[in-house]
Amino acid sequence: MSLDLLVAILMTVAGAATPLLIAGLGELVVEKSGVLNLGVEGMMLIGAVTGFAVATSTGLPVLGALAAMGAAALAAAIFAVLVLTLMANQVATGLALTIFGTGVSALIGAPFVGITTPTLGPIFPEALTASPLLRLVFGHSPLVYFGLFLTFAVWWFLNRARAGLILRAVGESDTAAHAIGYPVLKVRYLAVLFGGAMAGLAGSYYSLVLTPMWAERLTAGRGWIAIALVVFASWKPGRMLAGAYLFGLVMTMELQAKAAGFNMFAPEVLAALPYVATIAVLAIISAAKRGGANAPACLGKSFRATA
Amino acid sequence: MMLAAPVIAVALTLLVGAVLFTLLGHDGLGAIFEIFVKPLFNPYRWQDLLVKAAPLAIIAIGLAIGFRANVWNIGAEGQYILGGLAGTGVALATLDMTGSWILPLMLAAGILGGMAWATIPAALKTALGVNEILSSLMLNYVAIQILYYLMRGPWKDPMGFNFPQTAMFSSDQTLPMVVPGTLIHLGVPLAAAVALTAFLLMARTVTGFQMKVVGLAPKAAAFGGFGAASTVWIAMLVGGGLAGFAGILEAAGPFGQMVPQFPTGYGYTAIIVAFLGRLNPLGILLAALVLALTYVGGESAQTTIGLPSAATGVFQAMMLFFLLATDILVRYRLVSGRAAPLGAPASKSEAETAAGGKGKAVAA
Repeated sequence: MSLDLLVAILMTVAGAATPLLIAGLGELVVEKSGVLNLGVEGMMLIGAVTGFAVATSTGLPVLGALAAMGAAALAAAIFAVLVLTLMANQVATGLALTIFGTGVSALIGAPFVGITTPTLGPIFPEALTASPLLRLVFGHSPLVYFGLFLTFAVWWFLNRARAGLILRAVGESDTAAHAIGYPVLKVRYLAVLFGGAMAGLAGSYYSLVLTPMWAERLTAGRGWIAIALVVFASWKPGRMLAGAYLFGLVMTMELQAKAAGFNMFAPEVLAALPYVATIAVLAIISAAKRGGANAPACLGKSFRATA
Repeated sequence: MMLAAPVIAVALTLLVGAVLFTLLGHDGLGAIFEIFVKPLFNPYRWQDLLVKAAPLAIIAIGLAIGFRANVWNIGAEGQYILGGLAGTGVALATLDMTGSWILPLMLAAGILGGMAWATIPAALKTALGVNEILSSLMLNYVAIQILYYLMRGPWKDPMGFNFPQTAMFSSDQTLPMVVPGTLIHLGVPLAAAVALTAFLLMARTVTGFQMKVVGLAPKAAAFGGFGAASTVWIAMLVGGGLAGFAGILEAAGPFGQMVPQFPTGYGYTAIIVAFLGRLNPLGILLAALVLALTYVGGESAQTTIGLPSAATGVFQAMMLFFLLATDILVRYRLVSGRAAPLGAPASKSEAETAAGGKGKAVAA
């Protein structure tokens, strides 16, 4: 295998892993605060279509990515009001958010089907990416670097920052955190909004970086894989990085096998691979842990201040 | 409030929907009228409503039994596909045969196909503790690929000009019409029968009681000897079996063959139907008609006022949002600020849940 090809494959892996990583880290923070938001897929779709719409109309993909974060955070705010203020069931509300995001994105995106947009491509000057190895370091979209930075930032926040400690306390025991005087709902609101913004950014990666176009259901279930990766990662940012890149590898294998004319399996088998791999990974991690002992204790429970 | 919440939710959907679609540059009021009012005055559309409501109701009844027990089967779409495929398998094997035994065999295969697909998340949950939401959802994507594979290869009609679809089913393999000259096929009365049966089973049998108790009071259920594993199995097999049943009813009914366009999202919409029907089989029949209205009306609004097809999904999701939002009115009583001074101990019991029973069924 030539160096060029190897570098190309590794770069594809990073590309496939980045949206999973960013959305997954967002959901990880949300779940650490004790909230289960199953609407990641819907928020990603809203981010993808908003990013695309703003990038095409302004010609500025960066503005598209920022708008994607804002729009998805807005969608997350609907979820937050329902589950935090109105104490609605988190599973049902998350599903509703995904159904909503799928519909709204298709509605907004209808006029944009079939056109292309300026992409959020590599940021470093071309001179730096002359050789394959340099390309591996400097040749990515800014979001790839952001994903790596975010991994560190979330780790630092959860393990070294006082605010992160409070967030974890709220997720482990909302009543105790409330009794000490921490604003449980405020912390959870902020976490859900952050998770929404990250899901939106991850969604915009699909429409602004991977494929500069919009299609209905563009994210194809990747939001759900990101949620599964949070379980796989045992709610640890470092493991989330490993998990996302592992899945990036699985998805790249699918593409490479197709490109190489590798036809021992039907193309449908390869297309089903990421989903089967997700189930397999969940089974392995659950067998090892028996039901995710690391899950935040208050995950999915409504909180109502009683005093 | 128990029954008022769905009505309020639908009303709010109409109201906010009109505003939202006006803001998006469509004719908001016109859209509401086209989708939610006009089909009601067109007798031909009534048939369409019943035909679309039938699969939604059948799937939703199965899901609701699981949701009551806090078993979150999100894989109805895949179970629906596998049910349709299993029944189609029987149909293709018996294509040259005749006899009234063929259709019942297809329906049985459909139920078993859906059950088999639901076995995977059930087994993973009970044996390893794998989250059934994620596993059942992932299997939807796998089911679609199985469908595509069979349509593209082994099951393609050899006489079909290379279109990726099976041969048309014979008359012994398609559902008879219950009212001659209409679209209303056997699946419609079957859906009503499923609802009645489920209602009686949930109200009168120990298993029905088990599903409710496990959801309302897991610890009490465990003390009472109801096993968590058996609850998961019952919920998954009933949900999968009914979704598979709906699948083969659609394949042997409106489709009359198997095609790649077979999955239409009923498995997801049925989740909304289940909640709008208050997880009650009879309520679900009504809710299925409301959601069928969004499909039927949405389709006609596409041709008459050019509303995008995606609008249907937006309306459906809004209904679920508003329903979940108004649920707080079921679980809590509104008390005016003066009657309940903040922090006063007396006010606590007043504001406390009035109808905690059913409300808890939707509280995680």
